[in-house]
Amino acid sequence: MDFVTFLIQVLNSVQYGLLLFLLASGLTLIFGIMGVINLAHGSFYMLGAYLALSLTQYAGNLFLGIALGLPLAVLFGLVLEKLFIARLYHRDHLYQVLLTYGLILVFDELRSLIWGNDVHGVPVPKALDWSIPLTDTLSYPVYRLMISAICLAVAGAMYVLIQKTRFGMMIRAGVANREMTQSLGIDIGLVHGFVFALGVALAALAGMIAAPVSSVFPGMGGQILIISFVVVVIGGIGSIKGALAAALLIGFADTFGKVLAPQVSGMAVYLVMALVLLLRPAGLFGRTAA
Amino acid sequence: MRDMSPGIPALSVRGLTKRFGGLLAVADVCLDVAPGEIHAVIGPNGAGKSTLINLLSGDLRPTAGSIRINGTEVSGWSADRVARLGVGRSYQRNNIFPRFTAFENCRLAAQARLPSSMRFFRPAVSIRGPQEQAEHALQLAGLDRRADLPAQALSHGEKRLLEIAMTLATSPTLLLLDEPLAGTGAEEAAGIVALLKRLAAEHAIVLVEHDMDAVFSLADRITVMVDGIVVESGDPETVRNSAAVQEAYLGTGEADHEMGAFADAR
Amino acid sequence: MGRLSPALLLPLLAVAALAAGPLVAGTFYVQLLTKIMILVVFAMSLDLLVGCAGLVSLGHAAYFGVAAYALAALSPQYEAANLWLTLPAAMAVSALAALVIGFLVLRTSGVYFIMATLAFAQMLYAFFAESGVIGGSDGVYIYSKPEALLPGGLKPFDLERTTDFYYVALAAMAGVYVLLRTILHSLFGRVLVGIRDNEQRMRSLGFQTFRYKLAAFVISGALAGLAGYLSAAQFGFVNPELLNWHRSGEVLMMVILGGMGSLYGAALGAFVLVLVEDVLGGLTTHWLLPMGIFIIAAVFLLPEGIAGLWRSGLGRRRRPAAPDPVEVATDAAAVEEAAADA
Repeated sequence: MDFVTFLIQVLNSVQYGLLLFLLASGLTLIFGIMGVINLAHGSFYMLGAYLALSLTQYAGNLFLGIALGLPLAVLFGLVLEKLFIARLYHRDHLYQVLLTYGLILVFDELRSLIWGNDVHGVPVPKALDWSIPLTDTLSYPVYRLMISAICLAVAGAMYVLIQKTRFGMMIRAGVANREMTQSLGIDIGLVHGFVFALGVALAALAGMIAAPVSSVFPGMGGQILIISFVVVVIGGIGSIKGALAAALLIGFADTFGKVLAPQVSGMAVYLVMALVLLLRPAGLFGRTAA
Repeated sequence: MRDMSPGIPALSVRGLTKRFGGLLAVADVCLDVAPGEIHAVIGPNGAGKSTLINLLSGDLRPTAGSIRINGTEVSGWSADRVARLGVGRSYQRNNIFPRFTAFENCRLAAQARLPSSMRFFRPAVSIRGPQEQAEHALQLAGLDRRADLPAQALSHGEKRLLEIAMTLATSPTLLLLDEPLAGTGAEEAAGIVALLKRLAAEHAIVLVEHDMDAVFSLADRITVMVDGIVVESGDPETVRNSAAVQEAYLGTGEADHEMGAFADAR
Repeated sequence: MGRLSPALLLPLLAVAALAAGPLVAGTFYVQLLTKIMILVVFAMSLDLLVGCAGLVSLGHAAYFGVAAYALAALSPQYEAANLWLTLPAAMAVSALAALVIGFLVLRTSGVYFIMATLAFAQMLYAFFAESGVIGGSDGVYIYSKPEALLPGGLKPFDLERTTDFYYVALAAMAGVYVLLRTILHSLFGRVLVGIRDNEQRMRSLGFQTFRYKLAAFVISGALAGLAGYLSAAQFGFVNPELLNWHRSGEVLMMVILGGMGSLYGAALGAFVLVLVEDVLGGLTTHWLLPMGIFIIAAVFLLPEGIAGLWRSGLGRRRRPAAPDPVEVATDAAAVEEAAADA
């Protein structure tokens, strides 16, 4: 593989990895702090993409669409948490699995009723619809670089939120020891609502910015859900750092896997996970489950 | 009744150390427990007593040092391997099977001593051994009349007795008891103390406790730990009169009430 | 004794009723019931893991699918395979897959475990879909059902006949139920329930819990393979969708919905879920919507699953003298009752 092709694959790996990071970070927070297994996470990604589809048509511009869609996603997450998730905290994990599975079915059918089952494209915003030429024949789309930039910005914002704010401190405490945090009098209901809404927003944002690149189609939620789980397992539950490392690792494994060995590329991701589980059952940065 | 050859200590600890990252929880602890001896470990909060028990039972891996049980080196062994060597461990916070009855708790414990539980077809109730051992253990602990109640329905004191009964059902030679009297009232505590006295005849016992009356009435030897180090070790009189111990307790300040108990305990 | 034990009564009634099935129902319903009974085997195999050992697997379809593929691989193109050779072989393949995957995933616990089981099932799905082995994503047909040919030329039953297949499925379901209940009442079964209740204490008592969990995983996988084999034989078509995570999710729903740990709960869950699907499917193409709502409602309204309804309704009239841990440990209601007496 020559250098330019290699560079392109590296850029693709980073972009895919960073998108996975958005999803995995939400998932890992929701599990790490709330102890909730959220199978519906892929559905939020899908809903984000479909929302981007409609809002972009309405507003004429993807970024305006995102600006309108994100608050909706946050609101949606808050409502969902209060109405359903909050009632299951004292019950077995299994009921969360059951509930979120039921939600997947409901969201999927609602999507089918509202938007139908066709594949749609979302146009790349005009301003970003050009490519940086790398050689005479190869160039790299600027929009993809933008995706990476947005994800990095979000990663930076999350770092600041979690490491530098009081709220972030509550989040970190919650991951380390949930019962203790509650007994310290911190309004856990508020924290939970916020964390869940944040997770939903991250997933939806990922769907929105990925839409022009990956198109919008019915099965997109399911596909990305499982990969997100793999990233969380590899990275370690509750660890944002782990989610970032693992997401990039998977981004590279998947992208280069498809290029170098397409027959087995589908399995590459899981083989990486198998290796990590053999050597570090709690993930790269996770704590051993209590 | 010593059923061990007199020369081999039931438990022999040398240079036992445990570090958690930067925190040194247990430093260079040495300890000997003879068969049939009750050896109490006391000290203020944070002294490392629970860590010590966890190291002995295999729940934690030592950073350094040696642990010999009946002559066999076991440091670094997993908890289940240590248990199979004949060690029974009870927990400070009730660690039972809440949905099983008291009898079933003990029966399951006794089942651990069978050579293998990989038996899929024979009904478990037809295997008498664990049943008899469970009944015996419950009787020793005085719980035989409460045997058929779900464990979570027992009173706190009864649960503490069940904790001990479970370890007895495994027919151990060495008992590691982590604050068996925790949370019990005077009457329940007396019951547990009486049980431990009966057990001493056939078991070596390491006992972590805060209740000084119980400690001084039971222990053959006492080890005092402060901040992870052994400050004094010996028979009760020596410990009671030791200047090092008095200073250690006074030094930590918070243990005034224990000091008082010290002075009063017989 | 004398308790109206749902564990005995319900299955006996069910088997009796089902035995009369082909006598009263038409071909369509006989085939539908056959399909359901095979799913019951699948669900019960998962209940051993989830309800009895406390191991929540979201990748159980892998062992179902692998056995189906084994049958496809072992079936000559235009002849029938021999049931007595291919069925054990298929179950062995499933058991082997469960052994390898179990060895890896049982190193984790809690959420990691759930996610890891899901991921490995996806890996096998990807393998069958993308590598082009055995038909790839298009799948492969099994033109002749396996035949039960014994040495000497005797054929005790003919799977090509709907009624015969029905009774084979019924026998399989009843047989697996009896097998699993026997296992649960054995020493091994007690260890599993103990692990579910407090694994750390089990280790502290001296049990090598990893082995027992792995054994449960393998047994469970082998039985899922039995279901997968029969299912492939019934439909005559095998494709990667058999290993789709939605199938794993569906069977897990059956177990949770039905009530975990009792085995007959899994059976109830399977029946209810398939029947609800069938009814709803007849009403609208968007039947997954009311299905999802049904599941969500069940989470809040049926805390013990469907089997819990039976227990709180009929089974409580008399109290057991010395409750069997498998029953008590899975019946929170009975425990509360006993506690109230204390």
